[in-house]
Amino acid sequence: MTRALSGRAAIVGAADTAVGVLPQRSATALTIDAILRALADAGIGKDAVDGLVTCNSFAEPRLYHAETIAEYLQISPRYCTTLASGGSTILAAVYQAAMAIAAGACHTVVIASADSLRSGLSRTAAMALQASTGHPQFEIPYGAPVAAHYALIARAYMHEFGVTSEQLAAVAVSARGHAERNPAAQMRAPLSIGEVLASSMIADPLHLLDCSLVSDGGAAIVLTASERAQDFAQRPVYLLGAGVGHGHEHISQAHDLTTSAAVESGRRAYAMAGVAAHQMDFAELYDCFTPVVLIELEDLGFCTKGEAGAFVAAGHTAPGGRLPVNTHGGLLSHCHPGHPGSMFALTEAVHQLRGSAAQRQLARANLGLVHGLGGVMSSHCTLILGREQRS
Amino acid sequence: MNPPATRNVPTPTTETAEFWAATRRHELLLQHCACCGHHQFYPRVLCTACAATDLCWVQAKGQGTVRSFTVVHRAVSAAYAAQCPFVLALIALDEGPTMMSTLTDCRPDEIAIGLRVNVMFDDWPEGVTLPVFSPVEHT
Repeated sequence: MTRALSGRAAIVGAADTAVGVLPQRSATALTIDAILRALADAGIGKDAVDGLVTCNSFAEPRLYHAETIAEYLQISPRYCTTLASGGSTILAAVYQAAMAIAAGACHTVVIASADSLRSGLSRTAAMALQASTGHPQFEIPYGAPVAAHYALIARAYMHEFGVTSEQLAAVAVSARGHAERNPAAQMRAPLSIGEVLASSMIADPLHLLDCSLVSDGGAAIVLTASERAQDFAQRPVYLLGAGVGHGHEHISQAHDLTTSAAVESGRRAYAMAGVAAHQMDFAELYDCFTPVVLIELEDLGFCTKGEAGAFVAAGHTAPGGRLPVNTHGGLLSHCHPGHPGSMFALTEAVHQLRGSAAQRQLARANLGLVHGLGGVMSSHCTLILGREQRS
Repeated sequence: MNPPATRNVPTPTTETAEFWAATRRHELLLQHCACCGHHQFYPRVLCTACAATDLCWVQAKGQGTVRSFTVVHRAVSAAYAAQCPFVLALIALDEGPTMMSTLTDCRPDEIAIGLRVNVMFDDWPEGVTLPVFSPVEHT
């Protein structure tokens, strides 16, 4: 029964807004822009949408966000919900929307997320909101930014496995290598390990360039039942596997600082899809901070524990590598508007699997993995997407 | 315009009021389960090991080990900027639970994972006391 959902839903529309620094666009306007682009990509109008899933905005929060967006669009979906699990939200939304479609609750779901983290909030407000993932009584009073919470993981990981700052920096350099091929990316200038190490220290051992960007932007996808997927304008991309994993919410409550619940989310996604890590042609991994990618590479089965630093430093995740990772540039170099972050990993995977990734297109892209996480290595969701309905 | 920078003062809840009252007296309390002997932090209405609800408060020894740490160079807000750089750490208490805290009275270059630390208490003018830690050899 774990495979019952595999291949039942397909992504038939996917589009990003412009990303980067967009002071003239509100978070709501970006959300609508993303939805209209995704609908145009799918070749349908808004009245064909009978499901809507969104994630709340930091810059323009709404008590009932999806309902607000539905009203703004003047659509009346029969499945309408706002989800919140931080950076894994959008991937969990795909999983849940696929369940809703398989259950017959709706046929065609738009999943959208956009925010104005860079321009819609002061720097102080953005930092406070990001740090609000901490425990209100037992973490937040100590005054650390979210980077420091991840630095606690980084320090423990380096201590346990002998990973170096140069190996962390190689993650940022790999991401930039991909971003250089992506005209939409916020940061495209070539980057060296020396430049990462020379950037200012934020929370030891994390330098500024070990940290992801602060951006405006958003994206949306259209998910539908696989039996209807041929009726749309684009080649469908099938959801073959999905899994979630939850270990802790607050980093001080983590049972293990260096192995995450990505182990469980990945295992569940692979089981649903009936595939293994070595079959993936690429991976889009959540890269809010560089060490996170190393832990994901290990926990998702691409490397044995403690080996991901050497794997990335050897160039295996960079353009032309054995396992290209974050082929759009990731949160480190493409953009990171907060909750929408994983959207761009998802739309990039769709483009790679369709064969529409322009100068970034991989020679072989039949199966891809997308992973997101929220909190501080807390809530994980893994998706496996494919060109064919069966893996 | 930003509001004036203030530190993030913890607001006690029904589960935590006893803990915060104790820190004002410079005591570190943990919850102890009468049924299974489990110690836990943060305070909750159930034992996370056996789900029993008859928990009692016990005074922690106040000693622990640094599980991880970071030297924070950029604080979350201007209210904390004056104390930068400061050391944020996860402390594994000898009773078992881990808590987040800061390390005081130490140089960043003497801190390592595994360092033994003792609890200290930082009295805030806002009327709350935060547990902080200091290397054993300094106390």
